[in-house]
Amino acid sequence: MHALRSFFARRVVIAIPYLWLAVFFLAPFLIVLKISFSATAIAMPPYAPVFDGLANLWERVQDLSFDNYVWLTEDALYIKAYLSSVKIALISTVITLLIGYPLALAMARAPDRIRPLLLMAIILPFWTSFLIRVYAWIGILKPEGLLNQLLLSLGVIDQPLTIINTNWAVYIGIVYSYLPFMVLPLYATLEKMDYRLIEAANDLGATPLGAFWKITVPLSVPGILAGSLLVFIPAVGEFVIPDLLGGSDTLMIGRTLWVEFFYNRDWPVASAVAIVLLLLLVVPIVIFQKMQQRASS
Amino acid sequence: MAKMLGPVRRAFQPWNDPSQPPFIEFRNVTKRFGDFTAVDNQSITVYEREFYALLGPSGCGKTTLLRMLAGFEEPSEGEIFLDGRPLTGVPPHKRPVNMMFQSYALFPHMNVADNIAFGLKQEGMAKADIAVRVEEMLRLVKLQDFARRKPAQLSGGQQQRVALARALAKRPKVLLLDEPLGALDKKLREETQFELTDLQESLGLTFLIVTHDQEEAMTMADRIAVMDHGRVIQVATPAVIYEAPASRYIADFVGDVNIFEGRIAHLENGGLTMTTAAGFTVEVAEMPQGVARPQAGETIWFAIRPEKMVISHERPPNATTNVIEGEVWDIGYLGDVSIYNIKLDSGDVVRATRLNASREVERPLTWEDRVFLSWRPDAGTVLVR
Repeated sequence: MHALRSFFARRVVIAIPYLWLAVFFLAPFLIVLKISFSATAIAMPPYAPVFDGLANLWERVQDLSFDNYVWLTEDALYIKAYLSSVKIALISTVITLLIGYPLALAMARAPDRIRPLLLMAIILPFWTSFLIRVYAWIGILKPEGLLNQLLLSLGVIDQPLTIINTNWAVYIGIVYSYLPFMVLPLYATLEKMDYRLIEAANDLGATPLGAFWKITVPLSVPGILAGSLLVFIPAVGEFVIPDLLGGSDTLMIGRTLWVEFFYNRDWPVASAVAIVLLLLLVVPIVIFQKMQQRASS
Repeated sequence: MAKMLGPVRRAFQPWNDPSQPPFIEFRNVTKRFGDFTAVDNQSITVYEREFYALLGPSGCGKTTLLRMLAGFEEPSEGEIFLDGRPLTGVPPHKRPVNMMFQSYALFPHMNVADNIAFGLKQEGMAKADIAVRVEEMLRLVKLQDFARRKPAQLSGGQQQRVALARALAKRPKVLLLDEPLGALDKKLREETQFELTDLQESLGLTFLIVTHDQEEAMTMADRIAVMDHGRVIQVATPAVIYEAPASRYIADFVGDVNIFEGRIAHLENGGLTMTTAAGFTVEVAEMPQGVARPQAGETIWFAIRPEKMVISHERPPNATTNVIEGEVWDIGYLGDVSIYNIKLDSGDVVRATRLNASREVERPLTWEDRVFLSWRPDAGTVLVR
């Protein structure tokens, strides 16, 4: 009796998170999937419904249309947007890693006393709205903005730099916004690392730099992977930053998606774009999980 | 110390040879961490091929001395010399010493062979030579079959061997061992102690070991430096440390000891007679060390090891001095020896041990027996500190 009850109790406890995921992630995904297979219509909602109800199921299945997906391959805009998004996300990830790694390392090696303070400093930006922080960058980067004023007054430049509304601004925005997502997993890995391993490497003749490449970096690979994915995945689909900081020539898939949904009101195509984006991101996530499994086995 | 006490492992006493140059020399070395003085103006000399132990409780500064020699810490004051050359400012990776870490610090992402080869690769040794050396090291520590294993797949004893092989692979001038056997169980520890001394002798290396385990230091070292609060308080062979400790602290730290406070009654024939606070008279065959002229009436301490006292049911005939009477208070049977805690009439508890030489004893000592403890005049030492 007791065993039976605990069996059910355990099932219920496990079921709660799955239920949550099903209601708030799986169901919306299925709706988007459904819309992506329907045809555009000038109506409310702006698509021809498919799959509504279980009656005439076979007929409904025949109504399924891959037109939207075919359309994505026909218009070069989408492929360009995907490639450009991946490129921007990749470059941003590398820059974030290059900035984040020394930061995380310095934090991990900092005296115990000030470490919580440094950690706080990394988390602090989250206390302000993401949108407001991106707007703040407009103020910094615009032609008469803070950065240009500073550089002009220092005499480094004599003409204001055009940063805002270019890809440069997008890179700056992404690197700034996603840096904590790189630093935190890196810090977690580096902080766990036994510093005596570095001493042992030095003792055996490795220079500080040699010990860094041969000991610290290999042992922090899980952190590098986790941080890179946490930056890369949302950066690929980023919409706010390219929209606010990027120029008209900044092509990113998140923005294309938004334009399809709200300017063109083409929900089916927008849904198809979203599904393809999701599939693109599933690949690196699966690779990452495979590597995690192999590392832990 | 003029007269040598007890056995010395081999006819090897460079510290008694003034022509012998020091190999490792700490010269007036002080190390401070903030307000804390870890090592307080200490000078230590270690000779080539010596097995030297720094013994003391945790926080006594022994590990700091080792880390300064390895280059992980720089002395706040003073200088360290190795083979005549000052080490000041030389970074760890350029020092011809290798360390075996307490936690072993094996590289978890490398297999056993790569761990051992790490130092050799840093040296830029040719690949073929590295393979030969790694093979030789694996044979030395009897781990030939484990070359491809990762450290996590090894037992504690095997990890310890890998750490040793890795530290020895570069043939360092000095091998530093930081509590090398702390993580091993007793049986393995004893085996390893003898293996380490054999290895040290056959390789002809200088070993500097840090330990808080007096047994470890006693079995392995040629000389032991006993440390306390950042100072070396006695440097001597294990036998001298044990039989002629320089202070009550050392007598108590190294092995078991009974210490009695008393006053010198009179001095005679190079020895003395003292009256203890517990009310018995002790006759000692030697003078206390560290004082030029002991005076009658001076407060001193008498130290005697438990195994140096004889326990008997009857009062030893004709004995007036060096005998005390008491009651068996506690018995600890250890198999090879038994420990007896004897409560004196004064209330003091004295510890004595007896070898269990025969399997059956006609009249065994048991609780609440009235017994006598007696010893020869040369069995104990007098201490002034």
